[in-house]
Amino acid sequence: MEQTTLNIIVVGLSFVLYFGIAIWAKAGSTAEFYAAGRGVHPVINGMATAADWMSAASFISMAGLIAFVGYNNSTFLMGWTGGYVLMAMLLAPYLRKFGKYTVPEFVGDRFYSPTARVVAVIALITMSVTYVIGQMAGAGVAFSRFLEVDNTTGLLIASAVVFVYAVLGGMKGITYTQVAQYCVLIIAYTIPAIFISLQLTGHVLPQLGLFAEHTASGQYLLVTLDGLLNDLGFNQYTSGSSPWLMALFTLSLMIGTAGLPHVIIRFFTVPRVADARWSAGWALVFIALLYLTAPAVGAMARLNIMTTMWPQGVQGEAVAVDDLPDWFRTWSTTGLLAVEDKNGDGKIQYYNDKAESMTALAAERGWQGNELVTFNRDILVLANPEIAGLPGWVIALIAAGGIAAALSTAAGLLLAISSAVSHDLIKSTINPNISEKGELLAARISMAVAICVATYLGLNPPGFAAQVVALAFGLAAASLFPTLMMGIFSKRMNSAGATAGMLAGLLSTTLYLFLYLGWFFIPETNMLTADQYLFGIPPTHFGPIGALLNFGVAFLVASMTAEPPQEIQDLVESVRVPRGAGTAVNH
Amino acid sequence: MSDKERANAYWKANLRLIKWSLVVWFMASFGFGILLRPMLSGIAIGGTDLGFWFAQQGSIIVFLILIFFYAWRMNKLDAEFGVGEE
Repeated sequence: MEQTTLNIIVVGLSFVLYFGIAIWAKAGSTAEFYAAGRGVHPVINGMATAADWMSAASFISMAGLIAFVGYNNSTFLMGWTGGYVLMAMLLAPYLRKFGKYTVPEFVGDRFYSPTARVVAVIALITMSVTYVIGQMAGAGVAFSRFLEVDNTTGLLIASAVVFVYAVLGGMKGITYTQVAQYCVLIIAYTIPAIFISLQLTGHVLPQLGLFAEHTASGQYLLVTLDGLLNDLGFNQYTSGSSPWLMALFTLSLMIGTAGLPHVIIRFFTVPRVADARWSAGWALVFIALLYLTAPAVGAMARLNIMTTMWPQGVQGEAVAVDDLPDWFRTWSTTGLLAVEDKNGDGKIQYYNDKAESMTALAAERGWQGNELVTFNRDILVLANPEIAGLPGWVIALIAAGGIAAALSTAAGLLLAISSAVSHDLIKSTINPNISEKGELLAARISMAVAICVATYLGLNPPGFAAQVVALAFGLAAASLFPTLMMGIFSKRMNSAGATAGMLAGLLSTTLYLFLYLGWFFIPETNMLTADQYLFGIPPTHFGPIGALLNFGVAFLVASMTAEPPQEIQDLVESVRVPRGAGTAVNH
Repeated sequence: MSDKERANAYWKANLRLIKWSLVVWFMASFGFGILLRPMLSGIAIGGTDLGFWFAQQGSIIVFLILIFFYAWRMNKLDAEFGVGEE
């Protein structure tokens, strides 16, 4: 059977599954639409959270990021998991106890200020919309590559699928679909990893294979890899640099993760406060299954590439153009992988031509530059089954997995946007007398509008997709995380302090990004360049600084203004203890 | 103890637990995984050093244990201080 036909069958079957779940889990009330009726088992919620959280970036890009940089990009592994520790201890149980539907609702009630609530809505919509663009675009790419339709068609199919189950089912539909999507994506990710680990090291578990002996060379896998990279002028895989910047970036990802509203609202769906605590743990279990595998996938794929390019070792001849494996050919047609025989010897020399240490060797052996001219990092995971020579159905599974990762995250983000619009803007600000039915309809309409906006932006990406993701994380870290934390941990924090702090975090982070990356990310409008970073801090690492400013300004302003009214202090005391969470459900 | 005193004592116990958990959280990632890696470079593990293992595997495993430990301890504290949900 043709590979494309097989891909269409497997992806099509996964859609049938999602639609079936959507019909079964149709939302009948706002409680079901916003919080799945608060009846989701903590393990199920953990699984849904994992799918919600792991986007196309985790599934497709992360292993590639690690493979081509090595140790220094461990920041992504620690940052995107360590945030759950913060969420489990500092936010999730208390926000669940508070028992409302959205993150801005907590901000508005706790700081007894509609202004604070609107600022929170703005922060939420900005970060969620920027984040969702990347997901829609990612789903479009996955469709076009595996199903051989053009990018626009791919994106429209993706939007239509999300439309059906998100608008129909709300949080309830999304939750159970995400469970199915998690299963698809984790199977797709681990099967090739296990086979490659077996081929290279004889270990079934890639996590053990990474630190085991490489069967072919008789040395540790990482030693072999470091040796090959060193001989070819690349940075060693296990060596690192600038530990303080690494630490800052890790912290930025951690508090950004903890402040992402579409993840926080997932903890509103469980029945009890105790379940919110367990659920954060289960979420990390399911996330860790992929995150502990990713570094092994990265290192093993890198080694496979090195030995493919240098079949007789670095001292021998490079691979001949005619001997390149089949997956090389199939991926060359996408333009994401390209070779160029610069010195015309019929062989492809892959080395770091920018390293000074290589100049002499290159001259001696007649190399005229690196001939593996393009190797897009994103193809690493997608090509993994082909690299390992696995059957066609595994390749089809990877296609379904990539699409599942993008769709599940997009749906979660769209729900966060639509509930902020219908609940925080329409229900509370514009028309407080709206009926339950009316609000449910408003929620569905804002979901539909959000999908259309996301689709439009996905079709016409603003051209700065990578930067806006940095913006989303920076804003989450600098605006929502500190504000939510102070709302729970400081009884003294008042409305003026929190609003001022939130604005300080929002504005300083946005300003820092715009100064170095251009106003609204328009190229050439940046006023400062990389060599002028404040204390050498790149804009992507600014989150913790913005958070610090938020805390500082908030406490300063709060100390100069009146303490919050008694009923607010009572509210803080009540969110700190689990007792009474049951009554909050039926508010 | 009055309800209020109980709630205060419970909150203090929670803060203490969070503080120590975050110390562990910090050590496993920022400590062993990044800043203290040079100090651990003598401890070899599978072709590299312990710091590398912490950065790519150990920190995540520690995070997992921490969250479950916290949930277990807190659910016990809920019962001890009589502030649980039932």
